[in-house]
Amino acid sequence: MDNVTKDKAFDDLRTIMGDRLEISGDSFFSYIKVGPADILPLMQSLREQIGMNYLANLTAVDYTEEFEVVYHLYAIPDNGLKLVVKTRVPRDEAVLPSISAIYPTADWQEREAFDLMGIRFSGHPNLVRVLLPDDFQGHPLRKDFKKEG
Amino acid sequence: MVLNPSLTAESSDDTAQLAEHNIIVTTLEKVWNWGRARSFWPLSYGCNCCPIEMMTAGGARFDIARYGYEVFRAAPRQADLLIIAGPITLKMAPVVKRVYEQMPAPKWVLAMGNCATSGGPFRDGYSVLPGADSLFKVDVFVPGCPPRPESLFHGLLELKKKVEQGNY
Amino acid sequence: MINTDQYTLNIGPQHPSTHGGLHVEALMDGEIVVDAIVHLGYVHRSVEKIAESRTYTQFIPYASRLDYLATHLPTLGYVQAVEKLTGAEVPERTEYIRIIMGELSRIASHMLFVGSLAIDLAATTGLIYCLRDRERIMDMFEMSSGQRLLAAYMRIGGVSYDLPDEFFPAVQSFIDDIPKMLEEYNGLITGNEIMQARCRGVGILTAETALAYGVTGPNLRASGVAYDLRKADSYGFYDRFDFDLPIGERGDAMDRLIVRLREIEQSGHIIRQALQQMPAGEVQGKVPKVLKPEKGKEVYHRIESSKGELGFYLLSDGSEKPARLHVRAPSFVNLMVLPIISRGGKLQDIITNIATLDPVLGESDR
Repeated sequence: MDNVTKDKAFDDLRTIMGDRLEISGDSFFSYIKVGPADILPLMQSLREQIGMNYLANLTAVDYTEEFEVVYHLYAIPDNGLKLVVKTRVPRDEAVLPSISAIYPTADWQEREAFDLMGIRFSGHPNLVRVLLPDDFQGHPLRKDFKKEG
Repeated sequence: MVLNPSLTAESSDDTAQLAEHNIIVTTLEKVWNWGRARSFWPLSYGCNCCPIEMMTAGGARFDIARYGYEVFRAAPRQADLLIIAGPITLKMAPVVKRVYEQMPAPKWVLAMGNCATSGGPFRDGYSVLPGADSLFKVDVFVPGCPPRPESLFHGLLELKKKVEQGNY
Repeated sequence: MINTDQYTLNIGPQHPSTHGGLHVEALMDGEIVVDAIVHLGYVHRSVEKIAESRTYTQFIPYASRLDYLATHLPTLGYVQAVEKLTGAEVPERTEYIRIIMGELSRIASHMLFVGSLAIDLAATTGLIYCLRDRERIMDMFEMSSGQRLLAAYMRIGGVSYDLPDEFFPAVQSFIDDIPKMLEEYNGLITGNEIMQARCRGVGILTAETALAYGVTGPNLRASGVAYDLRKADSYGFYDRFDFDLPIGERGDAMDRLIVRLREIEQSGHIIRQALQQMPAGEVQGKVPKVLKPEKGKEVYHRIESSKGELGFYLLSDGSEKPARLHVRAPSFVNLMVLPIISRGGKLQDIITNIATLDPVLGESDR
């Protein structure tokens, strides 16, 4: 049942998105790698066509030259699919479209990625710091962040 | 009963004789310190794990009320003891400072837990201050992560000794 | 006609509630809440950055300080995430011990929820009863790990010590007393007329809103969605136990209270079954002294914490310290709906809503 759902879902995705996707998998998740420009249409189709209605986690990782934003998606009630969507942006131009209109739960999680990692999400309704004081300088989770004093 | 025999005027025989008739001779300062030490009104303030042990100290098993310190006040204007339970983060620092300044004198500060004493396990992070004494004068430090309610009582009793003797 | 202005009322971050440093900026029109803006970060202790300079085992005490009301649950989630990352095997007895400690933590957290809801609504006696019962759980934690509140009892591949002999009669008498405790809470708190008036119909969270905003845990179940990770995405040995999921109907504050009270009962059933099924044996599996997972390997492991889905995202760079650790905190995500359920209600309902959403600021701010 699992494989049928997965294969059908990926076939549907490939029909919609063409070859802008890179799909792989391991024993825990199926990974979808996509470019930053295709995040919005991918998330739209994942929510509407594939039925992944629950964005569990949105986080950002610093890979020195690039930042990678990772999204973990599930469906409630469970449909057996466990997806990880990954996208990379260059360090000096760390801008991604915001998916908070599709998944409202991304609202604060994107604010946290902006606050701690410095990635800007265009189209976000309220992109301000959420955990650090407003006058804090820098983005602490970056690998090159130096603590003063 | 003579409160402090070495500091009474005249000879101790007079005061002892007066005490037999239930007349105690002392200073107002000593009486007020005696009362203050036995009725700290802590402020309900806490961030993190330490206030849970503070609440438990107020519960039925440990019972902070037997010392007279169970009157936790919500408003700083009515409190005289600030128990800093938990770490002071960058965002919280101006808030704690303001709350401390709103408390009327005489007031005391007890730093509860490793985070309030020195930054604790989060000292090498970027957002925790290295102890409450970087903001104001602390009277008693209670180490522990979190300190048991009994440790908190020990700290409160040390503060009581300090206040009774007028060392503040 | 009298013209009225809207005014801003700041609730917190120092306020007589037990939820830590939460700041709600309420825009009021008289007694009615027009909007409530939540400000977090007063308890931000830079845990994720600290994780990058600690080894995997050294981070375990920090995990227990995330959700300090139910300490064994975040440590359980963290060690299971590292075990997934490294492929470590866990002995059978350990899995049962972990479930017993996890469920005791869940009961402790829910008991404090009930007590702090009572004291937030000015029924101080409720807190005293709940703390009294919670002390028995603290005793059991002290018996097993030596620490009352923040026990770093779990280890990667096992637990630090086996349960001592005096633990078993204590836990047995505790779970036998759960129905009596619940009867007391129901009589004193749930059935109380004032509690009913202040919680019935207050802070209604619909299932659609909850799902859209990623709310999980008892809050989601109180809104009518039967989703619990112990059943939907089972981990450990939870699939060997038989337990129900209490579901609410209206999604109001009273439902959120009742769901948690029933969960205490269900946790008691799980512990009873675990005690019966637990085999003898080792409690620590074979794990290398210095853990160096494969470079580039990443894992996301989620457990059903007492607040909702608690997830750990770990990325390894081949060294003994993680390259990235992210904690998906249920309280952070759950607090997103606070403005939505408070709008249009009264000022006092903001307090009820904060209390019934059950945030733990240590976890939401990390």
